[in-house]
Amino acid sequence: MRAIISVIGKDTFGILSKVSSVCFENRANVVDVNQSILQDMFVMVMMLDISDKDCKFSSLKGDLEALGAQLGMQINIMHEDIFNSMHRI
Amino acid sequence: MLNLGDIMETINMIQNENLDIRTITMGISLLDCCDSDIDASCQKVYEKILRKAGNLVTVGEDISKLYGIPIINKRVSVTPIAMLVAASGGDPVKYAKTLDRAGKEIGVNFIGGYSALVHKGFSAGDLELIRSIPQALSETDQVCSSVNVGTTKAGINMDAVALMGQVITDAAKYTADRNCIGPAKLVVFCNAPEDNPFMAGAFHGVGESDCVINVGVSGPGVVRAALSKYPDADLNRIADIIKKTAFKITRMGQLVGTEASKRLNVPFGIVDLSLAPTPAVGDSVAHILEEMGLEMCGTHGTTAALALLNDAVKKGGVMASSNVGGLSGAFIPVSEDAGMIAAARAGVLNIEKLEAMTSVCSVGLDMIVVPGDTKPEVLSAIIADEAAIGMVNTKTTAVRIIPAIGKDIGDTLEFGGLLGSGPVMRLNKNESPAKFIARGGRIPAPLQSLKN
Repeated sequence: MRAIISVIGKDTFGILSKVSSVCFENRANVVDVNQSILQDMFVMVMMLDISDKDCKFSSLKGDLEALGAQLGMQINIMHEDIFNSMHRI
Repeated sequence: MLNLGDIMETINMIQNENLDIRTITMGISLLDCCDSDIDASCQKVYEKILRKAGNLVTVGEDISKLYGIPIINKRVSVTPIAMLVAASGGDPVKYAKTLDRAGKEIGVNFIGGYSALVHKGFSAGDLELIRSIPQALSETDQVCSSVNVGTTKAGINMDAVALMGQVITDAAKYTADRNCIGPAKLVVFCNAPEDNPFMAGAFHGVGESDCVINVGVSGPGVVRAALSKYPDADLNRIADIIKKTAFKITRMGQLVGTEASKRLNVPFGIVDLSLAPTPAVGDSVAHILEEMGLEMCGTHGTTAALALLNDAVKKGGVMASSNVGGLSGAFIPVSEDAGMIAAARAGVLNIEKLEAMTSVCSVGLDMIVVPGDTKPEVLSAIIADEAAIGMVNTKTTAVRIIPAIGKDIGDTLEFGGLLGSGPVMRLNKNESPAKFIARGGRIPAPLQSLKN
């Protein structure tokens, strides 16, 4: 099972490191990272493997939202299927 | 890995353009709850709803978290209660109270099916149920009611139409102290669909399986935002953009419906392709029409623009889902759509134009507030007009009209929440249709050939 994290906001130090730490603490494995500047905003998209038996989606989601609030950035995590179903036939 | 642009598009739709799943509605058949004793029947109804839908709200919330997509409403629709009244006799309001109690216990926000299907005539239980609607709606919070008065195959039951004018008036009077909420929970249909997930008209048809999950999506804001990127495109291109957007929206409904059906161990029924607006800014069907180039919804050209929108939504949605059904089209509920409210208040959108619009879009005269002193026969005549459009055009039409007791033109009735607020709209006041309505009988079914 895979999930996608999106991080949008103003660029600051250590975003990648902080988000990765939250993933590590929740036993989610980062499998891909894509970073760019889109419409003048820092945008990072991470793909995670959340199949580990100790990975709890709701706790990961809660921790990421808390981190987003702390950094003043918009951090979302969503199951991969929603993107696949919307953009792939 | 997925394309970054696609990921951002989805997130933007949800965060900024009000994309959501409007409702997951579980349809439950109550035919096996019939009993000759009404109290035993009510007990069976209560137990079956709790057994089938006990987890509906929790599952909805879990799916919402997993996919990051808001699921606004979780609802239940049941077999038309008139059929249970036919078997049990007794006071139909007991069923309404049972449904209300069950709905509150499982945490849904509406439960539909306090209904009767009388398009050709009244059978046992139908009249009792219809006459009890005003009381049932005033003494419950969550129960929604609907009555089907006509079909293309059977014609229009004008006795039922005449009765419904009075029922709507009474429902408004009984709830006059609560912003006349009664008639906002009551829909009069022609060609009612049996698998509609949207309230207030949802009921679980007798041709359906024992229990199903139906999903209604929303997304007028997404369509408007997509069109706004092409200010100079011609209408072929506009139709194409709407189709593509509707496809994406519907795929999400299909995903959520399939997942809910798997988790609840209940067959997946249909996705309803309707674009359902809310009073929130940026979630309006009227604003899509305005984005197409109308200065204000209701002006000349509105019917044509709506026809294009409605057809394109269906064409895009049909390919995105394994089963499409329900009402499937653009809703035009006046009080629930910020653009419609503004247009009605400005006097640009009137009831005659709304009636014309209903001949090309799904549903009908929806959430329209009229003066409180409107006579029952006038309401009946409005229902008859709307049912005739549905009957002749082989489509669903409906009337959800609210006489605002104590209010007149220029006033506004505030419901709050998703039901929004509606300015009182002008009707023809002096010329009465009383004699036509009092004749009763049936308008025969229309010819299905020689179509012009």
